[in-house]
Amino acid sequence: MTFLELRGVGRTVSRPDDRPLVILDGVELVVEVGDRLSIVGRSGSGKSTLLNLLGLLDSPTEGEIFLDDEPTRHFSARRRDVTRGRDVGFIFQQFNLLQGRTALENVMTPLLYDTGSAFWRRRAIASEMLDRVGLGHRLSSTPDRLSGGEQQRVAIARALVRRPRLILADEPTGALDIETGEIVMALLDEIATASDAALVTITHDPAIAALATRRFRLEKGALVDAAAPVLAHEGAPGHPFADPSGSDS
Amino acid sequence: MKGLVTAFVGSVIEAWAELRIHRTRVLLSLVGVAVAVCALTSVVALGNIAQQATIETSERSSGRPATLYVSAYTADGSAPPTATMDKTWNEALERYSVHYASRVNQQQVSIQFIDGVSPVNATLVDQPYGTMHRVEVVRGSWFGETDATRLAPALIVNDIFWQRLGSPDLATHPTVSLVGSKPVTAVITGVIAALPYEDQPSMMMLNDSYTRLAEQLATDASYPSYPSYEMWVPPSVSAELTTRLQSDFSASLGEGATAQVNRQDYAAYGDDPFLPIKLMISGVAVLVLLLGALGLVNISLVTVRQRIQEIGIRRSFGATAARVFFAVMMESVVATVAAGVVGVMLSILIVKSPWVEDVISQGVSDIPAFPLDAALLGLAAATVVGAIAGLLPALVAVRVKVIDAIRY
Repeated sequence: MTFLELRGVGRTVSRPDDRPLVILDGVELVVEVGDRLSIVGRSGSGKSTLLNLLGLLDSPTEGEIFLDDEPTRHFSARRRDVTRGRDVGFIFQQFNLLQGRTALENVMTPLLYDTGSAFWRRRAIASEMLDRVGLGHRLSSTPDRLSGGEQQRVAIARALVRRPRLILADEPTGALDIETGEIVMALLDEIATASDAALVTITHDPAIAALATRRFRLEKGALVDAAAPVLAHEGAPGHPFADPSGSDS
Repeated sequence: MKGLVTAFVGSVIEAWAELRIHRTRVLLSLVGVAVAVCALTSVVALGNIAQQATIETSERSSGRPATLYVSAYTADGSAPPTATMDKTWNEALERYSVHYASRVNQQQVSIQFIDGVSPVNATLVDQPYGTMHRVEVVRGSWFGETDATRLAPALIVNDIFWQRLGSPDLATHPTVSLVGSKPVTAVITGVIAALPYEDQPSMMMLNDSYTRLAEQLATDASYPSYPSYEMWVPPSVSAELTTRLQSDFSASLGEGATAQVNRQDYAAYGDDPFLPIKLMISGVAVLVLLLGALGLVNISLVTVRQRIQEIGIRRSFGATAARVFFAVMMESVVATVAAGVVGVMLSILIVKSPWVEDVISQGVSDIPAFPLDAALLGLAAATVVGAIAGLLPALVAVRVKVIDAIRY
């Protein structure tokens, strides 16, 4: 069942000299419930921009993003925030845990923005979620007392505690060693499967990307099937940003 | 509604967690606010106490606003016949429905003390005088409605008088002998504090009691007796009533006598005689508070810039701009309210300390309690300062670009 769809999505920004810079161009993507997607690409290829668009943190300059068949272009800022809190869970490369707060408080944070019974039961729900990621014994530990793997597990628990339909993982193993990375990805996959959430992983690591059932590559601002042959690149420093004027900058 | 409740509770929880985690910074930033609130509350409280003390002192001597004084004299300087004055006075009270009124006269009465007879100044009044002049009876009670009909007249004496009698317990109905052609036994029913300038015994007696016994008592004939008539009326009608009383008394006393009606209470010469001091106190208080607020704004702004990533993370988990704004604002408000409570408590300790009370109570027999309005003002000021000081950081927090903040 499709719940998120990108149709001809483009994102252009202005350069300091006012010339437009196309970061994403004509992206077509359908995200189904329970999907496992991976997106790879070189640094600066627009992976994070795409992630921001998927997470409603940013809006496309072209095309349209549909959520449950409803175009999000006209969503108010508040509705975007509320939808993001309810339907999207973020996992960041640097974990981005709130410093000074315990693991439990970090996982409780998204539930502070719930308006239902989950708000009042946030401690129990967060404890249970930390238990699921194997950190039931580290509830009171602050991030500076947790290992990298443990911190990422806290981040996973935090991303999933509101049972989002979409998990956006931005280089989730980027700050971890290979073995810990594999453990974290297995855990992420297991919990996402249990909660029927779609998982979109952005990564540099081909091994992590290979874990997904649908694999994509961002190239010159376009999203292509990872199985497609790699385009020859021009080698210009600005690559893979495309210049719509056609001039070689 | 459900969303509003959870949003409010959630914001307070976030604010409290933030304050708990950064307690050192918060404590440091709040020292300034607590001191400012303490200064504000103390200045206002001291001002109010001083003002209240001054008002009460004024009211004890010249009555509460508006007290009208009626006096009359004849061409040869003597007082008009008491019977005529009393009749006109009583008619006026009835005509204008005045309930608080008193004739006031001074006499000298000889009192038999244990160590001999002494002349004592006696203020002759009517029963409402106690309320009109805020007479505070420190022992016993003020004259009752039926005291005028007692065979043994009731006396209210100052504490010098009372101590000279050996400080008797009023429950034993201590008596004293008023010397005259036929001595009169009087009962002391109340004791008042001696005025700051008093060093001799003095007493108060009801006019009607004195009139009944006047012939028996040895009074000093050379003692000047100019009875005055006082009434406590609403300030709004005092001007009109002054004119009417003037006219009534002039008509009643006839030619050859002059009647004067005037106001002598502290509020007689302007709307608010304490306005200049109030303005000065308010000015100082606002300045003190502004300085405290500036310090807080400064620290809050620096802090919010250090928290950009945290704000970005919260936004990514569904915190709306309004929620972030309110949470940052609440941090400031929760903190300053806590500081306000500390500041007000400090202020109470300072203002009610014996040393400060000694300084501000010179010439005042009883110090008013710590003014509640000063404490409330301190807390309100702390809340407002918190809201204002939180406004700027909250605006900065809302303007944080989530995408940049996460990668900050």
